[in-house]
Amino acid sequence: MAWFRKKSRDLSGGEKREIPDGVWTKCKGCGEIITSISLKKNFWTCPKCNYHFRIGSRDYVILLLDDESLDEYDGNLVSADPLGFKDSRKYTDRVADARKKTGLNDAVIAGIGKIDGHVVSFAAMDFNFIGGSMGSVVGEKIARAIERSIKREVPLIIISCSGGARMMEGILSLMQMAKTSALLAKLHKMRIPYISVLTNPTTAGVMASYASLGDVIIAEPQALLGFAGPRVIAQTIGGELPPGFQSSEFFLEHGFLDAIVNRSELKKTLSLLLGYMRVPK
Amino acid sequence: MIEYKYLDFEKPIIELDRKIKEMKNLADSENLELSKEIQLLEKKRDRLLKDIYTKLSRWQRIQLARHPLRPYSLDLIKLMFTDFIELHGDRYFADDKAIVGGFGKLDGANIMIIGQQKGRDTKIRQFRNFGMCHPEGYRKALRLMKLAEKFDLPIIIFVDTPGAYPGIGAEERGQAEAIAHNLREMATIEVPIIVVIIGEGASGGALGIGLGDKVFMLENSWYSVISPEGCAAILWKTENIDNPAKIEANKKQAAEALKPIAEDLARLNIIDKIIPEPPGGAHLDHQKTAQILKKELLEALVELEGYSSEQLCNKRLEKYRVIGIYNELR
Ligand SMILES: [Zn+2]
Repeated sequence: MAWFRKKSRDLSGGEKREIPDGVWTKCKGCGEIITSISLKKNFWTCPKCNYHFRIGSRDYVILLLDDESLDEYDGNLVSADPLGFKDSRKYTDRVADARKKTGLNDAVIAGIGKIDGHVVSFAAMDFNFIGGSMGSVVGEKIARAIERSIKREVPLIIISCSGGARMMEGILSLMQMAKTSALLAKLHKMRIPYISVLTNPTTAGVMASYASLGDVIIAEPQALLGFAGPRVIAQTIGGELPPGFQSSEFFLEHGFLDAIVNRSELKKTLSLLLGYMRVPK
Repeated sequence: MIEYKYLDFEKPIIELDRKIKEMKNLADSENLELSKEIQLLEKKRDRLLKDIYTKLSRWQRIQLARHPLRPYSLDLIKLMFTDFIELHGDRYFADDKAIVGGFGKLDGANIMIIGQQKGRDTKIRQFRNFGMCHPEGYRKALRLMKLAEKFDLPIIIFVDTPGAYPGIGAEERGQAEAIAHNLREMATIEVPIIVVIIGEGASGGALGIGLGDKVFMLENSWYSVISPEGCAAILWKTENIDNPAKIEANKKQAAEALKPIAEDLARLNIIDKIIPEPPGGAHLDHQKTAQILKKELLEALVELEGYSSEQLCNKRLEKYRVIGIYNELR
């Protein structure tokens, strides 16, 4: 997989539904018709309303890491089918389709890279791969990313984008929350920095494990963040949800975020933070 | 005695029990010799019981886990512990009634006991919020675990929840943060933690107090990443289906697919032990259930007390580190 070696720093945009290939794109935030070229130049954010179009894990590699600095690890991990899960389709078919469609092997890319020269253990999730859901592969790759941080004594950066644990691996998916959080306890004890970046959406099992455990937690604007899905909450309370509920702005207001950072400022912000958060010698 | 609707598959047994009781009463009051007939009926009952319970589907097992007469945390605490003193509150926001905890003695040994608590009648069910915790519940549990750590007391945790509460306040106060924080902290608590799934273990709401050195499941409990209802709602959009039989079928299918019962988790090496229940299920004999569980807990405590706190934490991390099934392409 040599995709990260390509010279272009253009973000391809991972989300087919959100990022059409045409010349013009209608903004989902304000409805404005924008040229795709200007959107692309603007990191796939709307120049008018700052709506952040969803991008893929590879885009975050290009956006955040220094040129060609990613040394990818564990790209060969793929899902098994531990439960023999089948609904209207077989889980194995879903995985095969997702792999074909995205060119990824699962919902996270991980490796060692540099952010303005700071060496980091980096992981970015991808919503295009079965909703960014966390099964055994995502859990294992995040666990290994944490272990690389510990072994090399370098900061950990995780870009989350996930609807939660992957249902089709049942209890094994749930246990990835425990696995990753337990390893983060070790990272924490060793005083190694961890910056968690939340993008749209970061919810449920991912939000209730490593995404919430950063020393510093930042989010892109207007992302959907939370534990329970809005549909479930609306159903439970039997009413409408207040405007802005479970957004990045709501999370910041309630004390669960350090900052909301525009995508265009994300690399600069991470670099600045990494300058302060050093592994004590 | 609380009146309630028996599960369909238990009805033949309940009916036989009623007959046996009637016959015994008759024998007593009329001074009749019916012991042979009674014995025959009892044999029939035992056979029927075994027959029915060896063939239960996963969905039926989940009905047992949710049985309204099933022993809840406080029932088991009362039957197993002496000198229980309940402690309240998370010290930040409130006292979550969906979770109880406090000091207690198990065969004389001092223990910190924590459990999710459901209610049996409508009023208490609401008071306990159906066993669904808010963030303050997870924070209260962690506070009690830290207290146990301070005084070097082992921790026993009973999990019994249909899920963490999905509400506005819960999100405002950081439901996800509370669960994540517990997972990280529980990984390094320096005293033994034994977790028992006694009824329902739904998703992050269960796991939020569910990380331990030993994880046991009662025979008819369930534990998964999502409830069969939640799973069916996502896969088949059951909220838009009008036909109740169809919805029921979808839930059944989800229950099968999720592999959420004790045998499934034992097979996947997620739990350490299945704790057998009395014939017919824990709800038919709370006393016996408590007795069986108590014996297992005492055994586990003896084993875990043999480890230093460092060994304990290393073993605990390793226990979770190895969970996951995947392939590595060459
Ligand atoms: Zn716009």
